[in-house]
Amino acid sequence: MGQVAGLLLDAIVSGILVGGFYAAMAVGISIAFGMLGISNIAHPALILLGSFIAYVLNSQFGMDPILVGVLATIPFYFLGTLLYTAYEFAFERRGTQLIRGLAFFFGLLFITEVGLQLIFGVDYRLVEAPYIGPSYNFGPVSLPVRMLIPFLASVLLLIGLQIFFVRTFTGRAIMAVAQDKFALQLMGAAPVRIKRIAFGLSTATASLAGAFLIILQPVEPSMGRDYIGRIFAICVLGGIGSLPGTFIAAVIVGVAESITATFYGPSWSPAIAFGFLLIALVVRPAGLFGRA
Amino acid sequence: MSNGRFILLACLVGVALVAASTFVTNEYYVFAAYFVLQYVVLATAWNILGGYVGYVNFGTTAFLAIGLYSAAALNKWLDLPIPVLIPIAGLLCGAVGLAMGYLTIRLRGVYFTIATLALSVVVQTFITNWDYVGGSRGIYIMRPTDVPVFGSYVAYLFFLMTVLAVASVVIARVIERSTFGFGLAAIRDDETAAAASGVPVLRLKLVAAAISGALMGMAGAPLPFYLTYVEPTSSFSLAYTVNSVAMPLVGGTTSWLGPVIGAVLLGTMQQAMTVLISSSVNLLVVGVLLVIFVIAAPNGILGLIRSLRGKKVDPETNPLAAILVTEKRSSQ
Repeated sequence: MGQVAGLLLDAIVSGILVGGFYAAMAVGISIAFGMLGISNIAHPALILLGSFIAYVLNSQFGMDPILVGVLATIPFYFLGTLLYTAYEFAFERRGTQLIRGLAFFFGLLFITEVGLQLIFGVDYRLVEAPYIGPSYNFGPVSLPVRMLIPFLASVLLLIGLQIFFVRTFTGRAIMAVAQDKFALQLMGAAPVRIKRIAFGLSTATASLAGAFLIILQPVEPSMGRDYIGRIFAICVLGGIGSLPGTFIAAVIVGVAESITATFYGPSWSPAIAFGFLLIALVVRPAGLFGRA
Repeated sequence: MSNGRFILLACLVGVALVAASTFVTNEYYVFAAYFVLQYVVLATAWNILGGYVGYVNFGTTAFLAIGLYSAAALNKWLDLPIPVLIPIAGLLCGAVGLAMGYLTIRLRGVYFTIATLALSVVVQTFITNWDYVGGSRGIYIMRPTDVPVFGSYVAYLFFLMTVLAVASVVIARVIERSTFGFGLAAIRDDETAAAASGVPVLRLKLVAAAISGALMGMAGAPLPFYLTYVEPTSSFSLAYTVNSVAMPLVGGTTSWLGPVIGAVLLGTMQQAMTVLISSSVNLLVVGVLLVIFVIAAPNGILGLIRSLRGKKVDPETNPLAAILVTEKRSSQ
């Protein structure tokens, strides 16, 4: 096999692994933005908050970062329901959600970022776990375990959520709330309550994504905003509110970024997601798997 | 007040500012005033699209940085003076605003917002990879040694920024009272109804996006000479974006006066706090104020003043104003 082909194969494999992790980051936005119509641009900052919680518990008590991520879903769920209650009271009820709601979430993003900076400084932080470091090698392709574990966990997370949305009453009600609030009320479900649960779920995924992020790479408080464009690009490309679409779009973006980084240098890869976002918005705003 | 009188008054305020600055012996105060005036331009520019039309731009940093880096690059290449660099930066950023608007503003407003957020990341990527302006290492800018008339270079920069601030406030006010401005307000209130009544919705939105982008770029052109050293990380600081959003929302978005009040208030506060406490804390305060105002006083300080003048206030939508009005009544 030629050297270029080997590099390409390696780039594709690591792109798929990173893409899986992007799906975990994007799924929260997919729920909040895609299903509930809430443009929660503070989501990446919440992911960073999750990373720093994993960092603190890992460095202080040696807890496994993934375990921290799973446990923290509970406080994150309640944080999400709290945020939604405030959002609903202050914006949705008044019908001013677009401008002021965006400014509200932007303010939250900023407060979280600066708050983390004041506590932890601007140094990069990392976690320690037995699976960070080793990697399997198959010819030119390397499978670092620190990428494999977030990938597998993200796939599990998405499958779990998809089953929840398709099989349970609450899950179906969440899917329905975006489409027809009035019909949902006739079915005996309160839209505000359903949306509160859904937003809590969306926020809960941030603690998991945060734990995956700090396993993959060292983190620093202002990193979140680099992910905003990427995450929204994935959601729009995947079709608003479609979880399988989110996953496929995340893998496409991951592979494209990884190939760019391998052949043109990593400093160019942030521009890739934006390219996808613009193309998706211009050519097909409904996304690959969305309803037109 | 007619437009002519307003322009005269704005120019007089500008002249007074420049005249006052010559009596200030401590140059730091002129630096601080420059910072505040720069935010008057940025907040006013943001408000032309955000407040008048209702499209939220989170890419202030991107526009400012395009202005900043185009000025730095052209200065290095052709050694052009700032008064020439400002309109070039304006044209460039106006074109970027127009292109962004054309690609995304036709869709739901929120896509425009997300695209502007992503734009900052992309512009930063390009600048970081652009070796001519120093890439991630940054670039030093040589200030010309001789400055005619103004004595010091800082005074000269202050004069330029005063001109820009006066110009942008005048532009905002003229737009507000023109047919164009009424069209924008109609779009903000109900886009579908505006389109049905014959308002050329897309064209008006694009013009507003271009003007707003151009003003932000123009504010960026003198910045490399003010800082003398620029590098991507600080040039793309989120502080520019959060301030240019917070200032109009705190001041009030429906009139030209709102962003000016917000910029003077928050800008001065930040200058004072940077000296007295720390620059991270003052950014935190801006973020908190932004959140408090969008929840409790959605019409900003102007809205609070208006409700104190005795109009009816709905406590559901305007909690802070309602409290103030009850306070006032009980004290009478």
